[in-house]
Amino acid sequence: MKTKSIASLLLTTALTFAAAGVASAQDKTVKIGALSDQSGLYADLGGPGSTLAAQMAVEDSGLAAKGWKIDIISGDHQNKPDIGTAIARQWFDVDKVDIIVDVPNSGVALAVNNVIKEKNGVYINSGAATSDLSNAQCSPNTVHWTYDTYMLAHTTGQALVKAGGDSWFFLTADYAFGAALERDTTAVVTANGGKVIGGVKHPLNTPDFSSFLLQAQSSKAKIIGLANAGGDTTNTIKQAAEFGIGRGGQKLAALLLFLTDVKAIGLETAQGLNFTETFYWDMNDQTRAFSKRFAEKMKNNAPPTMVQAGVYAGVRHYLKALDALGGNPHDGVKVVEKMKSMPTEDDLFGKGEIQPNGRTIHNAYLFEVKKPSESKGPWDFYKLVGTVPGDQAFTPLSESKCALLKK
Amino acid sequence: MQALYAQLLVGLINGSFYALLSLGLAVIFGMLNIINFAHGALYMMGAFVAYFLLNLGGINYWWALLLAPIIVGIFGMILERTMLQWLTGLDHLYGLLLTFGIALIVQGVFQNYFGSSGLPYAIPDELKGGMNLGFMFLPIYRGWVVVFSLVVCLATWFLIEKTRLGAYLRAATENPTLVRAFGVNVPRMITLTYGLGVGLAALAGVLSAPINQVRPLMGADLIIVVFAVVVIGGMGSIMGSIITGFALGVIEGLTKYFYPEASNTVVFVLMVLVLLVKPTGLTGRAA
Repeated sequence: MKTKSIASLLLTTALTFAAAGVASAQDKTVKIGALSDQSGLYADLGGPGSTLAAQMAVEDSGLAAKGWKIDIISGDHQNKPDIGTAIARQWFDVDKVDIIVDVPNSGVALAVNNVIKEKNGVYINSGAATSDLSNAQCSPNTVHWTYDTYMLAHTTGQALVKAGGDSWFFLTADYAFGAALERDTTAVVTANGGKVIGGVKHPLNTPDFSSFLLQAQSSKAKIIGLANAGGDTTNTIKQAAEFGIGRGGQKLAALLLFLTDVKAIGLETAQGLNFTETFYWDMNDQTRAFSKRFAEKMKNNAPPTMVQAGVYAGVRHYLKALDALGGNPHDGVKVVEKMKSMPTEDDLFGKGEIQPNGRTIHNAYLFEVKKPSESKGPWDFYKLVGTVPGDQAFTPLSESKCALLKK
Repeated sequence: MQALYAQLLVGLINGSFYALLSLGLAVIFGMLNIINFAHGALYMMGAFVAYFLLNLGGINYWWALLLAPIIVGIFGMILERTMLQWLTGLDHLYGLLLTFGIALIVQGVFQNYFGSSGLPYAIPDELKGGMNLGFMFLPIYRGWVVVFSLVVCLATWFLIEKTRLGAYLRAATENPTLVRAFGVNVPRMITLTYGLGVGLAALAGVLSAPINQVRPLMGADLIIVVFAVVVIGGMGSIMGSIITGFALGVIEGLTKYFYPEASNTVVFVLMVLVLLVKPTGLTGRAA
């Protein structure tokens, strides 16, 4: 009896000290983990470039001069949710990481989302597309920065339906991202009086699309919607040209296309494609200045993609919030709340805000790929066709199923 | 029904790549007893050499079809002379590990310099366009790939199975000491054979450059399937690997039509089934 009470006394004391330790843990150290596909099909749009973007954000924040110590580590999730979550757990448990950024691949992104919520870290996702991150699976620890499937559907998708593309056939990457993009685009197509007459789900990282393209061709749909990304999209577009799909009167809708994809396809084949991004390096003086600094540090002198730009802007905003808090409380929910309370503003995305569901709102831009004759430099690819204000591009709060909104 | 014809043809096109690659693997395994895991990386190098020839040297596709296999073949022969030859007589596992390591290094180097998205390579003007077959629109280039690779496969089979040189080769694998006693330079023949197998991989790489992106990982994505093809056909069997290559291309094509989600696993399911029934592969003989 006596030993038991001593034990419980010791335990209580220990717990008290532990709690006190947590409360007084506000310091000026930060550890950022850049988790991405470092070598696979999404490595060029995120990957090492995203780590560089995070580093530049830290340097540009000027916090080092104010006595902050900020470290960055990077990891390769190899597009596998199990590897992604294992790295995230190790980072929180062993490496004491405060925040995870980037994480392309919606499948991995959703899995990591749960780990970060459990560990009360901060999550600024820039690379993944699924709109679920700020909708059904939203979390008080998560900010979804750059783009999402709802936005892609309501910009590129809607523009195509309104231009007369009222019958669709989907080529969909068979995982969380493809499913989300197809779902969100289907909703837009039907809401605007069009219909979806078929589709095929292909495995991630498929080298040959001819089989699927033939099925799309024989469906006679006016629009072939590509609900895939990265290497899958570039292969589809290239092979569609080979099978004469454009000449048959069918139009390809590249729902998600990145700068590096256009580079890989080549302007000759990619010219005339319409798509949406929230950042392009050649928008204004600020984006050009940043992109120049960025490209000088990149191995192949590539300017940033919108995913990498999103990592930069997200980390800048995060560090602004920490600065405003006067120290790092190592409490994810608290930091994200602070981030949401401050309007976002940076050189790359302009003015915006983070909604209560974690969705960052900023302008989206409709682009068209230039003809080879119009391009004046190695990365001069896009013509701006239209601008969609953030409040029209992203999910309205009234439609969001996020549990954080029901308070 | 029309759609089915189209899928059969498309399957045949993919089958040509499987056949060319598995043929190279079969030649190397049959003659050198090496499980050449670097095959995918060498295939990728073939495509990259074609890209460099065009963009740096202005040398067109047709010359690349000849030059790329020779250049990559020489690279392969250097590998054989400097590294692989020391593995003669050792367990298969050593060759597999060494070539796998080589593949990782080669892919890593290319990825470091060229990223993962790949580089564009246009279809040569002579093979642009397509024809309407009634049931499908066949790009001329794809038709060319099927015909050309079929010719190359049969020529290789003829060289190894029907000529005097081929007879020496087969004899040298059976009993190198005896063949040497007849005055044949066996190590040189082995080196040239490895060069031939590697050249076939590079040739497939050039053929695929205009269809797929020229990407550092293009071989890594394909090589596992090709190994399954070789296992199903019977390790080391020349004709077996050619026929299985085309046949599996067709089966995969049909899967893409009937149940696309399974299209990248169907080959492995078949492999398991074949190994259960006939562990030496369809045309393989018991060791």
